Amino acid sequence: MSKLLLEIQGLRKQYGALEVLKGVDCTMREGEVISIIGSSGSGKTTMLRCINMLEDFQAGRIVLDGEEIGYEQSNGTRRRKSEKDIARQRALTGMAFQQFNLFPHMTAAQNVMLGLIKVKKMPRDEARAVAEKWLDRVGLAARADHHPGQLSGGQQQRVAIARAIAMSPRLMLFDEVTSALDPELVGEVLQVIKGLAADGMSMLIVTHEMRFAYEVSSRVIFMNQGVIGEEGDPKEMFANPRTERLAEFLKTSSFN
Amino acid sequence: MGYTLNFAAVWRSFDQLLEGLALSLGLAFVSILIGAVIGLLVAFALMAKSGWISRPAATYVTIIRNLPILVLVLFAYFALPQMGVRLGKIESFVAVLSIYSGAYLAEVFRAGLLSIPKGLTEAGLAIGLTPMQIRVSIIVPLMLRNVLPSLSSTVISLFKDTSLAAAIAVPELTFEARKINVESFRVIETWIVASGLYVVTCSILAALMRVAERRLAVPR
Repeated sequence: MSKLLLEIQGLRKQYGALEVLKGVDCTMREGEVISIIGSSGSGKTTMLRCINMLEDFQAGRIVLDGEEIGYEQSNGTRRRKSEKDIARQRALTGMAFQQFNLFPHMTAAQNVMLGLIKVKKMPRDEARAVAEKWLDRVGLAARADHHPGQLSGGQQQRVAIARAIAMSPRLMLFDEVTSALDPELVGEVLQVIKGLAADGMSMLIVTHEMRFAYEVSSRVIFMNQGVIGEEGDPKEMFANPRTERLAEFLKTSSFN
Repeated sequence: MGYTLNFAAVWRSFDQLLEGLALSLGLAFVSILIGAVIGLLVAFALMAKSGWISRPAATYVTIIRNLPILVLVLFAYFALPQMGVRLGKIESFVAVLSIYSGAYLAEVFRAGLLSIPKGLTEAGLAIGLTPMQIRVSIIVPLMLRNVLPSLSSTVISLFKDTSLAAAIAVPELTFEARKINVESFRVIETWIVASGLYVVTCSILAALMRVAERRLAVPR
């Protein structure tokens, strides 16, 4: 069995009085592709965002590659790590967002190069080479010098994935990356993610695409009201949901 | 009326007017540059979550924007020395115009910052950039592009405000024009030429800003 990559214990997150995550526990091994499904408000996106500290969380631990993310505990007190430490830890994961979030004043290549130059301290021409390699990988070599505004949604999302992957993260986080796309552009993005899965990239994928979750994931996590409702092999889970909630969710989702 | 325009006296002193204009441009350039640095810092301060940072910044902007710039000019030149702060005419005026433009630019920049989607900051954080790196590489360049159209009118307005330096005898364009007016008695001609110089200069400034806008526009 491959090495343990991610360990989440008792993860709790609240916004004021609203508790979004009520104690999430899960582990993930290197090379696993896990889809996180569940209705909106179930906490799946929030869980993803805690892993790279885009959200602070009130209790629990997230350990990535043996390193505790975001907080340090010393003699009973829990303190947020320094902004610099957190920035370094964030580079251990890569994230693709629903809204792509490409930097609009930079070309596709510059978007990919920025982190390589500023975070990895890579010389500019080396960064350019890496950027071109990854843009080629997502099928956009010819668009390297286009700005995001000149690209379709699907192309923008592929650039955004290249931008994240180029940083060679230990774990990729996908947050509903196809939800903002026109239906005919969804396929090209999912194809890229499938390719990464085939390469053995470890990935956590929050998605509404049940068919996709079914096909690419080695495991599926069903989030329900701030906790993990059910998890397991997608084929088993989708065929024989053990809980009422999952059965209901699958019925209302677009899978069938 | 029977008055015949005669520009000869004004043309003879035209070099003086041009020197005045050069000084006006210099005053505006230096003050706006310093003001832009102040404005940028204050704009970020205005957006800070902590009231200890945002409140002083808001107070600065409110006070400056509610004072006529002429009052500030006179205050700095006549009142400050009484309080032990002695500055030359030009230094005193540059200080005033910098602080004044800082307050106006802070408001312009703040509006520009507000229009930048939060997702871009998150995308920057996600690849491991520090908040400062995100400001430098993403937020400020985008903000400047956003505000260029309104920046143009602010810059022109601040350039015109240099004429108030005449009140403390800084030899800029308006002061030189007044001198020629007094020396030559060609009142109408002098002020026509001085006005022309202001109009032409402002038009050139506006054109330059439009070029910058086009050059820096985000392609789509």
